[in-house]
Amino acid sequence: MVFEYAPAPESASVARIRESYGQFVGGEFVRGGGEPFKSVNPADETVLAEVACADDGDVDRAVKAARTAFDKVWGPMPGAERAKYLYRIARLVQERARELAVLESIDNGKPIRESRDVDVPLVAAHFFYYAGWADKLGHAGFGTDPRPLGVAAQVIPWNFPLLMLAWKIAPALACGNTVVLKPAETTPLTALVFADICRQAELPAGVVNIVTGAGETGRALVAHEGVDKVAFTGSTEVGKEIARTVAGTRKRLTLELGGKAANIVYDDAALDQAVEGVVDGIFFNQGHVCCAGSRLLVQESIADELLARLKARMATLRVGDPLDKNTDVGAVNSAAQLERIRELAASGEAEGATRWSPPCELPGRGFWFAPTVFTGVAQSHRIAREEIFGPVLSVLTFRTPDEAVAKANNTPYGLSAGIWTEKGSRILWTAQRLRAGVVWANTFNKFDPASPFGGYKESGFGREGGRHGLEAYLDV
Amino acid sequence: MSTETLTGAAELRAFLHGLPGVDRVGAEERAARLASRSIKTTAKAAAIDLAISMVDLTTLEGADTPGKVRALCAKAARPDPDDPDVPRVAAVCVYSDLVDVAVRALDGTGIGVASVATSFPSGRAPLEAKLADTRAAVDSGAAEIDMVIDRGAFLAGDYAKVFDQIVAVKEACGPAHLKVILETGELATLDNVRRASWLAMRAGADFIKTSTGKVSPAATLPVTLVMLEAVRDFRAATGRRVGVKPAGGIRTTKDAIKYLVLVNETAGPDWLSPAWFRLGASSVLNDLLMQRRKLATGVYSGPDYFTQD
Repeated sequence: MVFEYAPAPESASVARIRESYGQFVGGEFVRGGGEPFKSVNPADETVLAEVACADDGDVDRAVKAARTAFDKVWGPMPGAERAKYLYRIARLVQERARELAVLESIDNGKPIRESRDVDVPLVAAHFFYYAGWADKLGHAGFGTDPRPLGVAAQVIPWNFPLLMLAWKIAPALACGNTVVLKPAETTPLTALVFADICRQAELPAGVVNIVTGAGETGRALVAHEGVDKVAFTGSTEVGKEIARTVAGTRKRLTLELGGKAANIVYDDAALDQAVEGVVDGIFFNQGHVCCAGSRLLVQESIADELLARLKARMATLRVGDPLDKNTDVGAVNSAAQLERIRELAASGEAEGATRWSPPCELPGRGFWFAPTVFTGVAQSHRIAREEIFGPVLSVLTFRTPDEAVAKANNTPYGLSAGIWTEKGSRILWTAQRLRAGVVWANTFNKFDPASPFGGYKESGFGREGGRHGLEAYLDV
Repeated sequence: MSTETLTGAAELRAFLHGLPGVDRVGAEERAARLASRSIKTTAKAAAIDLAISMVDLTTLEGADTPGKVRALCAKAARPDPDDPDVPRVAAVCVYSDLVDVAVRALDGTGIGVASVATSFPSGRAPLEAKLADTRAAVDSGAAEIDMVIDRGAFLAGDYAKVFDQIVAVKEACGPAHLKVILETGELATLDNVRRASWLAMRAGADFIKTSTGKVSPAATLPVTLVMLEAVRDFRAATGRRVGVKPAGGIRTTKDAIKYLVLVNETAGPDWLSPAWFRLGASSVLNDLLMQRRKLATGVYSGPDYFTQD
């Protein structure tokens, strides 16, 4: 007998999508000076809503609103008072969790299982965690009375729209800064619902401002003279441009950029769990994860066995409707990103690697890419060096631990890595040698507000999360 | 002990300890994720009927009487008196001295009689006693024998002893199918669960089963996951297929469906048949019947609308 799961979709009406959204400046939703743009559902290419576009004037007003709020209200407010607002936001996120999760999946294309079980709970957890720090900054190890920086300009990517917002806003507010945040132009909707949550929490006007738009808006925000701190998560290319803009100014900067993480599987690993970790490492969120384990480094002696298990497991991945609770892999976020994935996958074949995908039927409309694995990949192939940001895994092999470490580190990036072995001493030996901000052992893609996250080399600098995450928003 | 047996014992130990380890955290995570699959409407209806057809209806009490066994057999043949479309269960499982009662009661229904033999549930008896227990059950007409392994010998590292006992019982079973109960609650680690699974399969088990139901914890999703991985790998390595039976602690339809999802996505849809997967759970049957009626009529009926046997 074949056991078919019936479709079990969440109702899109839970998301309460409006026809148009304004940006959030000084506690009010306002229209933008630029030409409004449309946010599209990547799973079926339907237009979800029209969103205001901020021009230079709007950015200026937002920064000024943030400055006023910083000077008059938020900066002077005792930490314990700020904490109350953060707790209130965290609880409201929990209360509106279902709405946020459904909206995130519709706007981004990610499976509801992930937005419901990972993204939104982590968003609430970050606000709870940093609420706890707000009145204890003197005990964080940055002197007895660390001061906030002022106005923070924050630009976030489309892969985890709401989670990246939480990573940026929660520590900034806890430290006493006010913020102007620009979400990605393909996924602005949950940030605007978050703005509504700020209103519901009666957060003083101007403490959180959200300007919407594309690259131009981001540029204007980053370059604005009234900004004291710039935080960016996104591509290395844009990160470099921001670094050039900010260079020579008094602005503080943290960058969290791309990655090409190695997932190292030693021959004594718990194979079934390693396969699970490899799958989670690259197919979580369709591979749109800066710390995705996109390079599998497997010890040659078990390579065949591991690959056989991996392919069998990949054949059980369910690709399709992001709102279906049984979906494992959803839609690629945009046509442009799909094109980039296709181009890089084609280069993999052209350069001599072997491409494999499980048989799977992709929906006719929308942006879809089947889970893909490349074997016979060499370090010199583009698919082993460039970040693909899609569900594409490159498999390389190694023979000794030294070779594994050398290959893992032989990349311009250094954001994350994974180690799979039953041997504790080998975990420690390897982890000490890996040049990566996060090293997971016998697990992958685990996030916790208490744990710092950030990169080496072209993966950026600065840390988000944990006690370390406070430093980026304090004058220390 | 001869040199040959010693070599065999050493090879067996080396083989079992050479199996890939099981990471408990990872296995628990995987099981939990599969348990969150959402099964509704037509999929749920199919899953409920499949689950009913996989149930081994069991009574294993010291107080069991022929009357009690006959009542259970009647329920097995017609789980829901009001609805002839409900599938029959897979088997009725009793102590070896009650096998003949069950065989007579089930005559003509096609339902198999399983018997827990081999000094159930502790397994602590001389091999001769276990073999005699087994033969008695088979002679009385049992089609399936559920044997328990000697957990003491297993935990002491005497794998060869456990292996030899399974081989001997399998021989005593003759044509009857052998289900080997690992009593995973006493094996403590998932590494042990995987080793015991392979040990039983190599010794000739037709089924591997989690628990007697007399020890807590009984069947759990992570343990069953590891056993399903073992049968999948064993088939890949040898071509021979072995069934899996979680037993004990499965009480609700929701639980039962979680196990089916686990089978579907671990060993594969091939295993979704009473021939290759069983649920050792009696109390789950009424819940399955209740949920089945709820799906058909849209309303819940109370527990009194289903028979207690």
